[in-house]
Amino acid sequence: MAEARDALEEFRTEVRSWLAQNFPPSLKGRGAALMGGETIGEAESDARVWGKRLGAKGWATPTWPAEYGGGGLTQHQARALNQELDRAGAFNPLVRTAGMGITMVGPTILEYGSEDQKQRHISAICRGEVFWALGYSEPNAGSDLASLSMKAEDVGDHWVVNGQKTWTSGADHAQWIGVLVRTDFEAPKRDGISFLMMDMNQAGIETRPIELIGGASPFCETFFNDARAEKNEMLGELNAGWTVGKRLLQHERQSQTGASSGMGGDGSRKSLRDVAKDYAGVDAEGRLADADLRSRLTAHMMDAKAHKLTIARITAEARGNAKVSAAASILKNAASSVLQERAELMIELMGHSGLGWEGEGFSSDELAAVRGWLSGKAMSIYGGSFEIQNNIIAKNILGLPENTQRG
Amino acid sequence: MAALTEEQALLQEQARSWAREEAPVAKFREMRDSGNEFGFDKATWASIGEMGWAGIVIPEAFGGVDVGYLTFGVVLEELGRQLTASPLLASGLVAATALIAGGSDAQKKQWLPKIADSTAIVTLAVDEGPHHAPASIAFAAKKTDSGFKLSGQKVHVLEGMSADAFIVAARTSGTPGDGVGISLFLVEANAAGVRRQRLRTADSRGYAQVTFEGVEVPSEALLGAADHGDALLQATLDRARAGLAAEMLGTASQSFDMTLDYLKNRVQFGQLIGSFQALGHRASGLYTEMEMTRSCVEAALQAIDSGAEDTPQLCSLAKCKAGAFLHHVSNELIQIHGGIGMTDEFDAGLYLKRARALEATWGNQAFHRDRYATLLGF
Ligand SMILES: Cc1cc2nc3c(=O)[nH]c(=O)nc-3n(C[C@H](O)[C@H](O)[C@H](O)COP(=O)(O)OP(=O)(O)OC[C@H]3O[C@@H](n4cnc5c(N)ncnc54)[C@H](O)[C@@H]3O)c2cc1C
Repeated sequence: MAEARDALEEFRTEVRSWLAQNFPPSLKGRGAALMGGETIGEAESDARVWGKRLGAKGWATPTWPAEYGGGGLTQHQARALNQELDRAGAFNPLVRTAGMGITMVGPTILEYGSEDQKQRHISAICRGEVFWALGYSEPNAGSDLASLSMKAEDVGDHWVVNGQKTWTSGADHAQWIGVLVRTDFEAPKRDGISFLMMDMNQAGIETRPIELIGGASPFCETFFNDARAEKNEMLGELNAGWTVGKRLLQHERQSQTGASSGMGGDGSRKSLRDVAKDYAGVDAEGRLADADLRSRLTAHMMDAKAHKLTIARITAEARGNAKVSAAASILKNAASSVLQERAELMIELMGHSGLGWEGEGFSSDELAAVRGWLSGKAMSIYGGSFEIQNNIIAKNILGLPENTQRG
Repeated sequence: MAALTEEQALLQEQARSWAREEAPVAKFREMRDSGNEFGFDKATWASIGEMGWAGIVIPEAFGGVDVGYLTFGVVLEELGRQLTASPLLASGLVAATALIAGGSDAQKKQWLPKIADSTAIVTLAVDEGPHHAPASIAFAAKKTDSGFKLSGQKVHVLEGMSADAFIVAARTSGTPGDGVGISLFLVEANAAGVRRQRLRTADSRGYAQVTFEGVEVPSEALLGAADHGDALLQATLDRARAGLAAEMLGTASQSFDMTLDYLKNRVQFGQLIGSFQALGHRASGLYTEMEMTRSCVEAALQAIDSGAEDTPQLCSLAKCKAGAFLHHVSNELIQIHGGIGMTDEFDAGLYLKRARALEATWGNQAFHRDRYATLLGF
């Protein structure tokens, strides 16, 4: 034990001195803004440099095998690394520039990919050089993903893909996309699906950005018209795509439990407590003057704390073995409830000032709170909706019978 | 609305089909995208004037039809369904109410006929900070030799960009928190020292921040008695809240209808999603809530019409319940629509944004819970 602790301390020291030499001080504490997609002027170029250094070291993907460009760290070391990044006011910019690469696609390739696929795709993801999108949802296949109908035909030396995906985050600037396609129309729904990786740089794939209620356009309709996928880009076996795809969804859920930085917050940079004090006023003892508000805020903060403690407990119980578990569904639902509630409280606290869209008359914090409140509504929809997570909990954890047709 | 008179039922039908055909939500979206600085379409407002809706509570002597607040609520609910943006509520209901109850003959003669035919827009300017707090008005009106001098800022003024005149709640004596010392003034928008700035809110209606820089007004600008405007302000706000609650009920009912429609049309897992009890029960819950809310809104409007003593608490009840239901149903509207609900192309976002803007107007749920308790004496 003592030895392990010493080794970890040694590792921490190494991280600290590496950070001192490599993390640009101009970026200290700017992670939230940068990850939220804000332009931060001159610091942008520093951010690129920082991303390159972190990627080259393998620490953007700390636990991935070193042979493919990952950090090769243990779970304990990775946690220490994260803590040191936090302490230094640093952050991992590649989580954003890789799209779904780091959080979802990479872990799935590591698990199901061929040696050749790992060689080609993983190191590029580790360096944050490739932005990955995911084409799962179709207009008629959302929660019921298994009914998807985009098809891939074997024409000998490659696959020809035809159909449409929708709600594809980042497809308009992605370089690669992982798609679920139907390769067998005769088999039961789940047995005729395959997972293909496709180069977005081709005439057969077109994207149409869709504006969200929060104003930005991070997702698209994606059209495949005789698009081409290479033979060596099938992830997993032919017609085994459902298993691969489901595994990826577990990774997605894991990234949305609120435990890692993959999850969008409510866009605000100030704590709820400070906002409450600023907008609602305090009494002589520093208590929120409005008792009703105070009580509701407290209830929310207790929920948030309970969520954090549950993440910590589940992590501790897993003893450093970062397996994705069914608990991810619980954590994801708790996370979306807590974050959505927080955003609602934030704009309630801000009152008239929490209604701003743009222009003068509102502070940048106020505008960010409104945008964050709106975009946060998606948290209970993507990655398997709130209801679908509840179905998973009922069936997989509680052992309750399913009443949805499996189709 | 239950138990409507024949006239009210006809008006409801007229308002519903007019809103659906002439002022549907698509038109509101168009207005938003055009960057219209007033926050409503002038032609839409002119048609409302032609139909006489802005004169519903105005006495016949001043060009209105004087048929009461429940009737007004019938129209507002239908416009709320389509998110129709117009100064109808701010001018035809709120400002008209204050003028009828507190205006001098000269003020009534000058403004009510024009409000009734929608050739003038008058609006109430009450809030000064992020939250509705009429009890702590600090905006100063200082007595001068010839009248008063107004200095201060009003925020979140509905139709503040288009108003021809403001009814400004000001303090002529006492300190913030005192009931006595509040006076209302009717100030023309073109008076020297009045400046307005458009607030670009998530809901694209015409909100403005209005600054009064030493604006001189004669004593005749007082609406009601000096220092004793609080009762008039409260009565006006209660009517404003009841009217707003009717509009919110409409917005919420439409959100409900859209949600129900989707539950009956969207198929996943080979069945209508409405057949999943997890969703069906939520729709049932929303429906129950809608019925409860309707009762509260109607009771408030009827209480106003009959001069009932419990009007203030019924108005708080209506605003609070409408706020809670609208909050709930606008969130469900998005959640149950899944990905489509998050897109700007679909209307759910417009309803959600409108919901939060109305929630913050003239007291949110917490404000009205507190007021309800106070009015009940605990
Ligand atoms: C911001 C955002 C980003 C996204 N990014 C991506 C992406 O990058 N790639 C991608 O492939 N997809 C993406 N999605 C799509 C997302 O995965 C789907 O929206 C989601 O799976 C729901 O599908 P749907 O929208 O078709 O809703 P539906 O499946 O039609 O669901 C409608 C409603 O019915 C409920 N429902 C459905 N089935 C059941 C049931 N059995 N029991 C109870 N309730 C049920 C749902 O919970 C929902 O409330 C994104 C979505 C959003 C909002």
